[in-house]
Amino acid sequence: MADPLSPIRKLGHAVVDRIWRLGFAARFFVAVLRYSGMSFRRLPLTLREIYFSGVLSLLIIMVSGLFVGLVLGLQGYETLQRYGSTEALGVLVALSLTRELGPVVAALLFASRAGSSVTAEIGLMKATEQLKAMDIMAVNPIARVVAPRFWGGVISMPLLAALFSAMGVLGGWLIGVVFIGVDDGAFWSQMQSGVDFRYDIWNGVIKSFVFGVAVSVIAVFEGYDSVPTAEGVSRAITRTVVTSALAILALDFVLTSFMFRGTS
Amino acid sequence: MFNDTLVDIQNLHFNYDGRPVLEGIDMKIPRGKVVAIMGGSGCGKTTLLRCIGGQLRPTGGMVRLEDQRVSEMSLAELYDLRRKMGMLFQFGALFTDMTVFENVAFPLREHTDLSEAMIRDLVLMKLEAVGLRGAHALMPGELSGGMARRVALARAVALDPMLVMYDEPFAGLDPIALGVIGQLIRKLNDALGATSIMVTHDVHESLMIVDYIYFVSQGKIVAEGTPDEIRASTDPFVHQFVHAEVEGPVHFDYPAPTVVREFLGGGARG
Repeated sequence: MADPLSPIRKLGHAVVDRIWRLGFAARFFVAVLRYSGMSFRRLPLTLREIYFSGVLSLLIIMVSGLFVGLVLGLQGYETLQRYGSTEALGVLVALSLTRELGPVVAALLFASRAGSSVTAEIGLMKATEQLKAMDIMAVNPIARVVAPRFWGGVISMPLLAALFSAMGVLGGWLIGVVFIGVDDGAFWSQMQSGVDFRYDIWNGVIKSFVFGVAVSVIAVFEGYDSVPTAEGVSRAITRTVVTSALAILALDFVLTSFMFRGTS
Repeated sequence: MFNDTLVDIQNLHFNYDGRPVLEGIDMKIPRGKVVAIMGGSGCGKTTLLRCIGGQLRPTGGMVRLEDQRVSEMSLAELYDLRRKMGMLFQFGALFTDMTVFENVAFPLREHTDLSEAMIRDLVLMKLEAVGLRGAHALMPGELSGGMARRVALARAVALDPMLVMYDEPFAGLDPIALGVIGQLIRKLNDALGATSIMVTHDVHESLMIVDYIYFVSQGKIVAEGTPDEIRASTDPFVHQFVHAEVEGPVHFDYPAPTVVREFLGGGARG
């Protein structure tokens, strides 16, 4: 006869399992920070990861930024035209990008492009016993493999978000000024007076830094904790993308509510 | 048995998820010898090797290497000890993003301050010893299974370790590669003055190159001896293993209800 308590037991197991994993992830994050010394003492290790995570993500980030800017230009112009304030297109595009779309969309793209690849790389290194080989050679895999990838992601993310925003502004300018005919001077001058460096740009940088930490730690943890089989690595990659996306959106809400509460 | 013991294992127990894997292993690995640990798949051989290397903490008993208790060391102490160890993994575990040269140079770069010229000479010497000096620029993906195993062997001995551990060094190799790896293990052990522990289930190749053999079954040592003693053994387990017999103390079939019970009701359901 089926055990009537079985579903409750399963639920209990699942909850305990999740809490245990969360605790393990927290301990893992502390270990990554603790063993980060090598990432900075041997800078080429981290620079290599900045290249793989950052430089190789440039194309998708820049093209996406351009398209988001083009769409913002079109939608913004359409809305502003109703109120006769099309000259404010520049400030609308710039604020949308620096405050929200730049950090958030760049982080989502970064999680899909670089985060998944970091998870796959670490997961496959685990599956092929490369991490164990390193450990038996007295080389700490967290210091040698994980930490440089973590810092590579953390450093790349704000730079990519800045580039995304810059390309978006360029896209908005192309649509608004070049194709639709909004006044060039009004576009830039409104942007210059309407965007505050500390309040808008710096907060955007903080957001992208926080997203970079979140995506990078999720990516390295999922790879390190993956089941060392083809299916296990594939599941870990999926978890990286899904968890990162949810974390980015949740963190964005929290950060926005603190940064822009009750002002302008 | 031997006077000068490098690895001394006493009453070693290891449980995994509450299931006993090793149950009271006693073993002595003499300095300078090649010792094989044999047994069927899943009998605890690799777990035993990992306990010796400090990658797994035993749940009971002791592993002593020279005069140090491996089972009680901190991570930093373990890393100090592991600099004197080398390990060859079942499929090589080469770093796939590095060339053959970089793989062998890896432990030298991580643990020494040698000049690039010196590292180059040492790496090429190690590769020459395994017959792959000409392959130094290849990537691991361009190597055959046997070549990858030889590169991994060169990497394992790059720092001239006092103890080299081999986890299934013959798995998946063709007869020629198998013979080459076997001879290399023996020659490198003697040339370096090292001690080797080899986990394997390849009886015939092992009997040709090792000095002593332990047979492990269900987490216990069930037989031991020199190759000649093993060949002459009438122990049912050793006989079954050496002659690859289906019938014997080691069951081929996984435990299951009787066929009658399974098919005519009352057995497990999917």
